[in-house]
Amino acid sequence: MGRLETREAPALIAEIRTATAHVEQPTIDLAGVAEVDGGFLALLRADLAARNVRADVRGGERLGALVDLYRGDVRPLSRKARSPEELLCHVGRAAVIDVGHLTSILAFTGQLAIAAVRVVRRPRRGHWSELPYLVERAGADAVPIVLVINFLIGFVLGYMAARALSMFGANIYVSDLVGIGMTRQLGPLMTAVILCGRSGAAYTTELGAMKVDEEIDALRTLGLEPFGWLVMPRLLALLVALPALTLLADIVGMCGGLVVAVTSLGLTPRGYFNELRSTLTPWDVESGVILSLAFALAIGLIACEQGFAASGGPQGVGQRTTSAVVTSLFAIVVLDACITVLYRAYGLS
Amino acid sequence: MRCEAVASRLPGPAGAAVEVRDLTIGRGDVTLVEGITFSVPRGEIFAILGGSGSGKSTLLRYLVGLETPMKGEIDVAGRGPPDLDAGLPPFGVMFQGGALFGSMTVLENVTLPLEEWTDLPIADVDVIASAKLELVGLASAADQLPAQISGGMTKRAAIARALALDPPIVFFDEPGAGLDPVTALEIDNLILTLARSSNLTVLMVTHELASIFRIADRCLLLDRSSKRVLAIGDPRALRVSDEPRIREFFNPPSKGTERP
Repeated sequence: MGRLETREAPALIAEIRTATAHVEQPTIDLAGVAEVDGGFLALLRADLAARNVRADVRGGERLGALVDLYRGDVRPLSRKARSPEELLCHVGRAAVIDVGHLTSILAFTGQLAIAAVRVVRRPRRGHWSELPYLVERAGADAVPIVLVINFLIGFVLGYMAARALSMFGANIYVSDLVGIGMTRQLGPLMTAVILCGRSGAAYTTELGAMKVDEEIDALRTLGLEPFGWLVMPRLLALLVALPALTLLADIVGMCGGLVVAVTSLGLTPRGYFNELRSTLTPWDVESGVILSLAFALAIGLIACEQGFAASGGPQGVGQRTTSAVVTSLFAIVVLDACITVLYRAYGLS
Repeated sequence: MRCEAVASRLPGPAGAAVEVRDLTIGRGDVTLVEGITFSVPRGEIFAILGGSGSGKSTLLRYLVGLETPMKGEIDVAGRGPPDLDAGLPPFGVMFQGGALFGSMTVLENVTLPLEEWTDLPIADVDVIASAKLELVGLASAADQLPAQISGGMTKRAAIARALALDPPIVFFDEPGAGLDPVTALEIDNLILTLARSSNLTVLMVTHELASIFRIADRCLLLDRSSKRVLAIGDPRALRVSDEPRIREFFNPPSKGTERP
């Protein structure tokens, strides 16, 4: 005989089954076979066990040891059913997890506050030399994308305004709409969204990988403070980078509006900027910057908290990163709404 | 001021380096081992043994203060339970996977604790760190990043980092695993020399029987099925224990491991 391989096993075993159908205790001697593989032996054993046949399988001198390896009765282990959760269950569970996130982020903020006291007492506990590098990465490296996106946002905003305004011959007010829209809302919001995707995700991945590789534990056993060493510099970097980028966003957004004003509304650049100067107040810009500070805090806290909470290898880090980005976006929008309402309530609008 | 900080890290002359009383350890809500009691005098090489999943590495995490005991007491260096928020701990730790900081070179990983906890000039820091890397035979890889070196080299760099501040107690998680036999022997000899010459206390989790018999003064054997400590004592004595499970651990059946 030739080779007994897994691929041909079902047919061969069916043959063996018919050949030994009426034998009480068959002897299956594989000594004459040139080669036999493990998969074949496992299937053969399983077949014999399923039929309750007590067969004597022999392999002779050459294959005996291999046959012995598969001596025990093979009973297929039951697979754990992994049917996808029902939609409603899934939605409910996701909601519960999101609420859980909120509490864990609050707990993390508390821990951070305690650590901050220790760091303030002994600034040595912070890794401040990394700060310029982190600001560069979160801030300077994001400049091109922030410029392009906010220019286009200003441009689109201008077009939307242009259509309505030209109906009333109020073309000049396009600059008011774009200026106030960018500085108060869209500049801070779009920039925060970009930073959430760029830096927030990067922070979660970095810290998550460090957590999984026990680097954070190693830091602690060296007597160094992970909050001071890893979280505070990142948080500070965002608090510096996001407002700075927001100011840039405001400016290019207005330039985007200018293009529309000049090309389709027949305004001059001088007219556009004069109108801007007369309507925009410092508070318009300041309120946006305050928003961006709140966004920076939210992105940094959520990203670092999720990174520290990572466990269980690459998949765990990936899940935490997704969750960090989604939670941050959610937090940004909620904060935006709350703060805007607060501005209004206190007569600051 | 710095000298004081280092001197206060030494355990009192009479106290044990590590003392554990009736400790219960676990992961999450699952209890792994209960009733762990042992004491490691200064200068001893103490091995923590057990099958995989028996809680050896977890026990180490409790001993260094990364986990809070579910029950029982731990005293390290006569200073009570280890508190990682209270400044420089009186021990060094080598993690199983090395846990080198990925953004720093091998040399920077070793200089980090020296820079953070001493006021030495940078040149002296470099001298000490280089000497530590020389000890583990890794001087040639000083400028490499952790991602650029092999698993065994990562392990040796982690040993150098754990020894950077010459702590009185060092915890090793599988120092010899994954090393070639020659390097593993060198690491064993290094640990033995340090323990004998500078009264270093070593607690190590390990699987390597050869290494245990070569350097361990005493060992602790954890058992997963009974969730208890199976034995504490000199491995050479435990090898001929009356208890079959202990004997089996120290004399694994060698059938088929060597070619005729």
